[in-house]
Amino acid sequence: MNLSLSITKNIHDWLFNMMPETAASLTEMTLIATVYLAVFAVTGLFLVLLERKVAAWFQLRLGPNRVGPWGLLQTMADALKLVSKELTGTVNADKFLYNLAPYFVIITALMALAVLPFSGEFQAFDINIGIFFLIAISSIGVIGILLAGWSSNNKFALIGAMRSGVQTISYELSVGLSLLTVILITGTLQLSEIVEVQRNGWLIVQGHIPAIFAFMIYMISGTAETNRAPFDLVEAESELGAGFHTEYSGMKFAYFFLAEFINMFIIASIATTIFFGAWLSPFGITESLPWLGVFWFLGKTLVLVFLMMWFRWTFPRLRIDQLLTLEWKYLLPLNLMNLVLMAIIVWLNLTIQF
Amino acid sequence: MTNEALQNLINTWIPDPVTSELEFTEEESQFLNISVQPADLHQLMFQLKNNTDTNFDYLFCLSGVDWGKELGVVYHLESTTHRHIIVVKVKTEDRENPVFDSVCDIWKTAEFHEREVFDFFGIKFNNHPNLKRLFLTEDWDGFPLRKDYVDEINMIVK
Amino acid sequence: METSTVNNNFKSEEYFINMGPQHPATHGVLRLLLTIDGETIKKVEPDLGYIHRSIEKMCERDSYQQIVHLTDRMDYLSSNINNEAVCLAVENALQIEVPDRVKVIRTIIGELTRIASHNLWWGVMGMDVGALTTYFYAFRDREMINDIFEETCGARLTMNYNIPGGLMFDIHPNFVKRVKEFIAHFKTKLPEYDTLLTNNVIFQKRMRGVGMLSKEDAISYGASGPVGRGSGYSCDVRKLHPYSALDKVTFNEALRTEGDSFARYEVRIQEMWESMSIVEQLIDNIPEGDYKVETNAVIKLPKGEFYQKVETARGELGVYIISTGTKNPYRLKFRSPGFSNLSLLNHIAVGGKIGDLVASMATLDLVIPDIDR
Repeated sequence: MNLSLSITKNIHDWLFNMMPETAASLTEMTLIATVYLAVFAVTGLFLVLLERKVAAWFQLRLGPNRVGPWGLLQTMADALKLVSKELTGTVNADKFLYNLAPYFVIITALMALAVLPFSGEFQAFDINIGIFFLIAISSIGVIGILLAGWSSNNKFALIGAMRSGVQTISYELSVGLSLLTVILITGTLQLSEIVEVQRNGWLIVQGHIPAIFAFMIYMISGTAETNRAPFDLVEAESELGAGFHTEYSGMKFAYFFLAEFINMFIIASIATTIFFGAWLSPFGITESLPWLGVFWFLGKTLVLVFLMMWFRWTFPRLRIDQLLTLEWKYLLPLNLMNLVLMAIIVWLNLTIQF
Repeated sequence: MTNEALQNLINTWIPDPVTSELEFTEEESQFLNISVQPADLHQLMFQLKNNTDTNFDYLFCLSGVDWGKELGVVYHLESTTHRHIIVVKVKTEDRENPVFDSVCDIWKTAEFHEREVFDFFGIKFNNHPNLKRLFLTEDWDGFPLRKDYVDEINMIVK
Repeated sequence: METSTVNNNFKSEEYFINMGPQHPATHGVLRLLLTIDGETIKKVEPDLGYIHRSIEKMCERDSYQQIVHLTDRMDYLSSNINNEAVCLAVENALQIEVPDRVKVIRTIIGELTRIASHNLWWGVMGMDVGALTTYFYAFRDREMINDIFEETCGARLTMNYNIPGGLMFDIHPNFVKRVKEFIAHFKTKLPEYDTLLTNNVIFQKRMRGVGMLSKEDAISYGASGPVGRGSGYSCDVRKLHPYSALDKVTFNEALRTEGDSFARYEVRIQEMWESMSIVEQLIDNIPEGDYKVETNAVIKLPKGEFYQKVETARGELGVYIISTGTKNPYRLKFRSPGFSNLSLLNHIAVGGKIGDLVASMATLDLVIPDIDR
């Protein structure tokens, strides 16, 4: 019997016995939201720490090692510091948009988290247009960045925001198309069903050549969507200072900062779900223990997150025109051809299935 | 080219040695020095750069000097093909409004160096494209590297 | 300072942006007034003076021994070579022949300084194009040189090891051993630099064909050092006017003819190899002898004008002394390499993107106190 399922089921029954139906649903939603907020905060803090440790490892340093055992509480201390900092702002900023922008970014990051299948049961919102929802949500975040850059009344921020707009709109295509390529095998947009299809082999294996291409394109454009190096033109420290969040401080800055890491996690999670069988264990070795699904999901995701960190700490940054050339002249045509190739493979039943 | 050969060559450029008073000297310096009147400066410099025998295409140092009574500019020139060095000096006694011709059009590096000289010595350069203060603020009073500059707050005089 | 650039006749698409004096890419307090159309640079106008200390005016007040110390604070990354320049100028004026031991030690330390400086440049170069790891690789190796310097003279950056007439004191007994250790270490680490950055395809795309500087322009703008040599302009003072022990060693002048940012980058990488070779040639044969010749406590230069060129890590440093025979120079002018190199920034950056400006500026290797003096 599944432990986690029984807990959630018990709570569900208990709530519905105790309250009228509407109140019970509302309470349940609040509870789930709280759980996800907690997951969100922990993931963000953990990823920041991980990034710093990984960076230190790449850079012949030790990384944070003073606060807590192995520096584990370092990011908690950082968060405390950011909370206690003054929220500064520019005089001529558009106050309403300026304050709204960080929430746009953080809320969209949170919403995407809801549909991710952490395990068979641990999925808050399994809608039938799951992938579509994810792509749609992840591109709303850029509005927040544009607002931040525009309303700050700072030219560096504005340049950063414009770059972000250009970049996200371009790479959104590649993200969508590369996922679409793989969706051809599954024939559904619902995440839970996509996972079920992968019981016969992960999609990267099923789709073999075009799927591997799709994965590579997805990782490149996914990195670009999260505005991380080598696509970090939005922040581009040596060019723009801090880019769109130049004028933000304290917790508002922390929202942008956390959102970047959550977005990275989401990009990696989507890749895990679509290409690497989400919570399914390799060759079904732990199929008898479904609660290990969370472990497998997070394990695969962290490997991909590490890959993205690896990019960041080794590659130089592209120039804005090179960034657009890469997308429009190389990735997009390749992607379209890849889509046709995949269609042919699915049509001729050339997929590999165990 | 040796210093003597240079001296002879440059002398041949001058139509009338009496009016244009070029002074050559090698005393107290490791290079050949030419003193030139401000009016002839640009003409001489243009010749030094463009004559194929001299070809002084590298202006490696441009310094303003306050000689006490006069203000002047010292140009150190080197040829990258012949590898000879010459020093051109120009002076004026007009301390209120010292003006020389700019050599920006001959050596592009002079643009910044002349701005520096303008900044610290107040020497103006004709035909300079962008002659304004480079290091100091626009409203700075006086020209610090002149010998008669006084600043009782910031300068420690021993 | 109110900028007159504001009054320029802007086209409707163009706008003005103020880069610096506090900006990560300007390495100090350089301020650039940029006119930009979208992302394309239309005009770059440097505004200097944020760290101007008027060293030339101070020199007119100080004795020659004191002047040496001021030169540390100009180009602080090649401080020893700056010291050497003033000392050589004074020694030439006084016609002092320093012992061979001094010459060799000065050259070794000068070349180590050059390696350390290029090392730092390489790290910062990577940072400027967005590769953050380079910095720590560079500092790992630079640290060894700094340790050698610290053991030699007590200072890691502003060395003050040279005095007119020789050296402040003799080298540490460990000096030879540690320099050899460093050379052996760095020979294995320098190829890592190529693996990490030089051969990276993004880096090459960012650098090749960007910031073009022709040989004629390089000479006309008074470019020197790696900037000039990247354009095929043979301007190494160590070759043209050898000083100290540089006439006793053989080395190749790093020359590239492309004139782009990548050429300047490659010149510096090659110079590190050449400097290592120079150090290797000298380190085993440091002659015995005195480490200085006694000079008068008060140095008075004869009346006249003296000019001394040296090759710092950034290019040609000139020291122009006008002496009236007193204990202070009448006028002392430093021809700093960074100042001339900066003057060509507008030329190479116009037409490029903001990213190109940063990358080109990094290959000029500007040190702002050197420009501001």
